Amino acid sequence: MKNKLKVLRAERDLTQADLADKVNVSRQTINAIEKGKFDPSLSLAFKMSKLFELSIEAIFENDEIK
Amino acid sequence: MENETWSTQNKKSTKNLAIWSMLWTASMAVATFGPKFIWEENVALTIIAVVINALLGIGMILMNIKHINSLDDLQKKIQLDAMGIALGAGIVGGLTYTLLDITNLITNDAEIAFLVMFISIVYLVALLVGQKRYK
Repeated sequence: MKNKLKVLRAERDLTQADLADKVNVSRQTINAIEKGKFDPSLSLAFKMSKLFELSIEAIFENDEIK
Repeated sequence: MENETWSTQNKKSTKNLAIWSMLWTASMAVATFGPKFIWEENVALTIIAVVINALLGIGMILMNIKHINSLDDLQKKIQLDAMGIALGAGIVGGLTYTLLDITNLITNDAEIAFLVMFISIVYLVALLVGQKRYK
C-alpha cells in the first residue's frame, strides 16, 4: 500500500519519532509503513487521518483496487 | 503526553513480564532441585513448591497477554509470526523427535526439556528475523 506519510510529515516538520509519539506507536512502525513494508490497521489509519486532517484515502492508496 | 503513556506502559509491561518469567524460572529450579538438596524429599514442601510454580506460571501467562496487548500493530504482527513459526516447528519437531524415540533411531528417551529449548530457540530466531525485516 502506497502512502504520503513521508511528505505529510515533512510538510509539518515532524520526525518519525514525533509522528510515532502522536499516534501511540513505535518509530519502527512508522518507518515500516513509510517504506510500504507494513500496512497500518484501520484504527491507526484513522488516527493519522485525524492528525493530518485529511481523509484516509488522501493519505493511503490501495494498489489492489486501483 | 499520550505517547509517554503508551511508551511507559510498554516498558512497564515488558519489565513485569521479565520479572514474572524470572520468578517462574526460579520457582521451577526450586521445585526441581529442592526435594533433593534443600528439604530432603519432604512431600508437603514439594507439593507447595509445585503449586507455587504452577501459580507463578499462570501469572506469567497473564502478564504475557497484558504485554502483547500493550504492543503496537507492527510489534503484534512480529510476535504473531514468531509464535506461529515456533508453534509449527514445535509440533513438527516434537512429533519427529517422538518418532525417533519410538522407532529407536535415537538411543536416549525423548525429553520434554529438549522440545522446550527447541521451541524457545526457534521463537527467538523468528523474532529477530521479524525485527530485522521491518527495520
